[in-house]
This record gives sequence, structure tokens and C-alpha cells, in this order.
Amino acid sequence: MSETRFTNVKQLPSVHLLGSGSPMCAGCGGLEALHQVYDILGTNTVFVNAAGCMTLLAVYPFTPFRGSWLYTAMASAPAGAQGIRDALDVLKERRGLPPEEDMQVVVLTGDGSAYGMGLSATSGAIERGLDFLYLCYDNEGYGNTGQQSSAATPHGARTATDLTGIGFHGEKKPLFDIWAAHRPPYVATVIGSEPLDLARKIEKAKAIKGPRLIIALSPCPTGWGFDPQESVAIGKLAVNTGVWPLKEYVDGKVVHTKIPRRRVPVASYLEAQGRFAHLFKPERNEAVLAEIQARVDGYWAGVEEVVAPPTPTLPQGGRG
Amino acid sequence: MNRILITGNVAAAWGARLADIDYCPAFPITPQTEIIETLAAWIDQGEMPGRLVMLESEHAMVTAAGAAAATGVRVFSATSSQGLLYALEMLYNVAGWRAPFVLVNVSRGLAAPITLEPDHNDILAARDCGFLQIHCATCQEVLDSVLMAYRLGEDPSVRLPVLVNLDGFYLSFTREPVDIPDPSAVREFLPPFDAGTIRFRASAPESQAVAVLSGGPYSYFRYEMHLAARNGLAAYDRIATEFEASFGRNWPAVEAYRCEDAEQLFVMMGSFATKAKAAVDSLRAAGWRIGLLRPRLLRPFPEGLFRYWMRGKRGAAVIDQNISLGSGGVLYSEVAAAIHGQPDMPLLTSFIGGLGGRDIPPEEFFEMARIARDAAEQGQAPPPRLLYTADELRETRKLQTLARVERARLSGGEQP
Repeated sequence: MSETRFTNVKQLPSVHLLGSGSPMCAGCGGLEALHQVYDILGTNTVFVNAAGCMTLLAVYPFTPFRGSWLYTAMASAPAGAQGIRDALDVLKERRGLPPEEDMQVVVLTGDGSAYGMGLSATSGAIERGLDFLYLCYDNEGYGNTGQQSSAATPHGARTATDLTGIGFHGEKKPLFDIWAAHRPPYVATVIGSEPLDLARKIEKAKAIKGPRLIIALSPCPTGWGFDPQESVAIGKLAVNTGVWPLKEYVDGKVVHTKIPRRRVPVASYLEAQGRFAHLFKPERNEAVLAEIQARVDGYWAGVEEVVAPPTPTLPQGGRG
Repeated sequence: MNRILITGNVAAAWGARLADIDYCPAFPITPQTEIIETLAAWIDQGEMPGRLVMLESEHAMVTAAGAAAATGVRVFSATSSQGLLYALEMLYNVAGWRAPFVLVNVSRGLAAPITLEPDHNDILAARDCGFLQIHCATCQEVLDSVLMAYRLGEDPSVRLPVLVNLDGFYLSFTREPVDIPDPSAVREFLPPFDAGTIRFRASAPESQAVAVLSGGPYSYFRYEMHLAARNGLAAYDRIATEFEASFGRNWPAVEAYRCEDAEQLFVMMGSFATKAKAAVDSLRAAGWRIGLLRPRLLRPFPEGLFRYWMRGKRGAAVIDQNISLGSGGVLYSEVAAAIHGQPDMPLLTSFIGGLGGRDIPPEEFFEMARIARDAAEQGQAPPPRLLYTADELRETRKLQTLARVERARLSGGEQP
């Protein structure tokens, strides 16, 4: 990842572009990621929003964006991006639109849309080679409606629709792999608690033409059950336990950008969240905990340990 | 002027071509597919500029259409039936973006049971979404209506998308002679799209289609859309007058055929209204004073023209090629609402016919005229009549008998 200008957290933008005072929840991991993404992408953007938490960023007559915005619907934000991209291209080709009036088209969607209802539209946009950036803030449930189970919900999490027993019985859908199977030029996972890794990936994605898809794991205080001030710590645990692998798919290969060499036990990530409290109280559910740990271990056992080049181990945090 | 023999589908494609569209997001569905195939071939062969993109669903297609229109280009698309309903969420949504474009619907009955031939339940499901609606009866009208639809939707007092409807098979696949207007004359009638301030440009950031969180602003914007649609009535008349001046063809919001001295009326829309027209001629020849009212413009609803043409008539048979299940004919209730409380209006009788392309033969028009006349004389409307003949019932009974025999054979049981 030497292609980007960021090798050090001190190089990250210190001027932030997204306005403050939005109606997102305190400690929203999705908003944290969006702030960082927007700082890198800049205001020469049009965000195409799918129904989700972030629909409420722009409530008439306010918006935190300095660039443009279009709300579409839950299932078809990538098709909205298609219409805007095609229209801008046609305007340049046929109607004399100056190139400086062009914009990056960015889809903004939650996991409810990205993993489910919007997957068909996303697949179509990738297959058509649409030149756009797709950002999924993944809080692992239908967060805006009170955290019901979605296709992104992890095994064993309790949600508003899986209130008893071990919680959600299914497995989190492998969206990264589903996207990568389409062979787009770029797919990556990011998280707001790793701002340098995030910035390098967005910077890289920004320079590529074609479909570029990003999933940001988004710790969600209200949906996951933790204090808003813990949001960054939970994010770091997600990475250091190996639950959220930071990786990218580029040129047909998956590369892990940060391999936790000594993985923290998964239980310390789970125990910090109310949605997994039933796995610890009244007594530890060792079977399910072992199952979750085994799945994470199995994942990393299959990872080719190739990191190119190693992520700089500079002090994190303290942005701006 | 160039007169050629083309289908209703190709006439719709000619409308898009002459309108100098920039963009056509597309998805195939019978009986519409010929429209997008025709445009795709023209664009591929360099006969017209613009870009056609295949989407993965009608929901995506209408989203892309609205988003492109909101970026400031002239957009055309087409669908039918299940496709229109699959896109219905986005029809409501993009209408609120106030970014005009033209969507052609080729009417086809809705599942279940799934079928191919036309009725108007598809287009009427989109009645309340904010798209204006023009209903066509001939191939020439299809071409001309696409051009008029762009003027109407893009009118600064309106700025709403427009649906142009033609009937599957009866128009979509029927060849009729159609005048292809001269492109320079069309350019004069329909100048390039002026997006105004509703567009995306790097130098002028816009937030479009943002949320509102209370009934106050929500009602305000919804009322604005309604009033803009109502502005379409005056705009339509102006545009129709200009169209006639440019191309010599008159397409009023409501076609009134032999209505001036009529005592009785048929009221119908779409291509089946041409059957009603033929019935009017036959009945006139037999001494009846009867005419036909055919709304071309269904949204905004031209109730003023209905009141004008219906005043002083004795009876009117409203023939709906649709059925609001559990209620009845949609056009009937629209017309009834338009004339209710007005002085000197005819007694309405309601008929349902032509579902799934079922024919309405001349004898049924004669019978409907008789029922409507008798009702008007008695001052008492009969219950809505569902057109169906003894022969049709016998044919359907045959199919049911076959189905029972087969079921009995497969289950090894006795024949019922």
C-alpha cells in the first residue's frame, strides 16, 4: 500500500469536512468512519444514500455535507449512482459539461441494504463496471429500526428479533467475498478505529476507476450495548481479536493489511458488548464461545501471511 | 414528412429518438421489449446519440432514470405490468425529486394468474404516485404523446415525470401508418432540457430528496406536487395547441367523438376506445344519438372537460378495462367524482371488460348502450356489469373439467 501519501497518522487531514451536530447516536462507529472517508474523498462528491441510519444526516433544510447528496431507497442506491455517473458522462460527451464540474459518485449504505435488499443492485453495478465508490457502514443489524437481525449479524448476538437463547443462529454473510467474486478493481474492509489503514485504503480507492467497495465495521453503542465512549476501544478489539480482518482485494488477490500476530481472545471483544452478555452471564457459555473462537482461528489459519509492506506501528489515535 | 408503417412500440422509440434523449436505462419485459431493442439498435448503429444501459431490475431502472434526470439530462425509459409494479416504490420516490422524464408503459394484465395481454390495472396502480399519465389509442398518438409528454413534464409550472400508456399487443405489436415528424420541427417544439437548479454540479452542490421529519413540511411538499400536477391541465392545453400548430394533429386532454348532439355517451380509454368509436358509428347509423368520451390525460384528471361534455346528456356507460377488486371500475369512480354535485349530469352505468385482452365485440357495445339508455330512462343505475358471455363461461368450464380429470387421474381417484 505504498501508493498512498499516508504513511503516518500525523499526515492524516487535520481539517474535517463533514459538519458536526448530526442526529447520529453518540459514539456511532459508522459516523466515525464516514468522517474519515469524507476527509480523504473531499467535497467534490455526490453521496447516493440508501435507506438506513445515515438517511437522517440530511434532514431538511440541513446537511453536514459540503458536496452533494441524493436519497434514493433501501434497495437501489447503486442504481442511483449509475444514473448520476451516466448522466455526468453524457453531459461531458454531448452537452459540453466542463470536466471540473464532474464528481466522484459515492454510495452510502448500511449493512441492512448492502447485505440484503441492495445486494442485487450492487452486483449489477459491479458487473456493469460502474465507476463509483461504495461505502457500507456495517453495524451488524437493522440499526435504524432498533437492531433487528440482518444478514450481517454475527453468530450468537442478541438482537431485537433474537432475544432469547444464544441469540442469532445464522452466520454473518461473507459480503467481502461475494463482492470480490465479481472481480471488481478494489474491495476493502476498514474500521474507524484504524484511521491510517482506512485513509490509505480510501486514498487508493479514490485513484482507481470502476467499482470500489468498502465495508466499515461500525461499532454501534445502542445496537451492540456499550457506552459510547467505548466505541474506539471496541473497534480496536474487533481488529486485535481477529474478528474484523482488515484486508483488501486488488488485482485478483486478497491482502491482509494488518495481521494481529498475537490475537486477543475473542471473549474480550464479546464480553464488552451487551448483545453478547448472555454468553457470559449467569454463566459462561463455553460451547458457543469456543465455537466463535474456533471460527476466528480457522479464518486466520487460512490466511497467507503476506503483508506488503508492514503497517507502520506508530502511535494511533489523537487525530485532529 | 415521412409516413411509415410501424408498431406502437417502434412509435414510442421514435418519440424518444426525436426527443433527442440523452439516456435510457432499460430492462426487458413483454410486451415492451421491442422499444428498448429498437433504441439499443439505433444507438449501437450510430443512428441516434445517447446512452442505453441495461439495469438489473425495473426498480433499479427507475432509480437510475430519476437520478439521471436529477443530474440534468433528458431521460426515457419503458416498462410493462409486473415491471411497473416492481418499480412502484421508486415511481413515488422519483416523482418527489421533481426531475422530469418520460416512462412509457405498455399495459399488460397483472399476476396472478400471470398473463400477457392488456388491461389497465398496471398503469392505474401508478395513478397516485405523482407521474402524470397520457393514455394512447393509436400508434401515431404514441409517438406524438411522447413528444408532448416531455414538454408537459419539463414545463416550469409542472416539473414532474410523465407516463405514456399504450396497450400491449393491440398497439405494441400492431402496425399502423405513422407520420414521423421532421426532427428540426420537433427541436423547435421541444427544445433541449433545461434542468434549472435541479441538477448535480461540482460548483453548485445540492442536497436532493432529503428527509423531512414532520407533517408540516411533508404536507407542504406533497401539496406542491399536487398543485404542480394540477398546473398540468393548463400546460397540457397550451402544449396541445402548439403541437397542432406545428404538426397538424390535435390531441385534446379528452377526445370527444360525435358528442355535440349526443344524448348518450360511452366513456373509455386506451386502444379499446377505437372499438367504442366504431360502435358509435354503427349506433348512429341505426338512429342513436350517441358519442364517445376518451380521456387521454388521466393525471391530472380533466374533470372540467368531463363536466363540459357530459352536461345535458341523459346517460353514460363507463367501460373500465381494469378492476379495483372489491370495488369496481376505476374510471367509473373518477368520472362519478368529477360530475357529482354538478347540475344536469347524466346517469352513469358501470361496465368492466377487456381484462387480460378479452375482446369487447360490437354486440356488447350495443347492449351496453341499451342498458345505459334504459337506466337513464328509469333514473336508476343497475349494479356494475362484468362483461362475460355464455360461450366464454363454457370454454372456461371446459378447462376446469380437463383440470379435474387430470387431477383425478394423477391422484388415482375417481373422476368427480
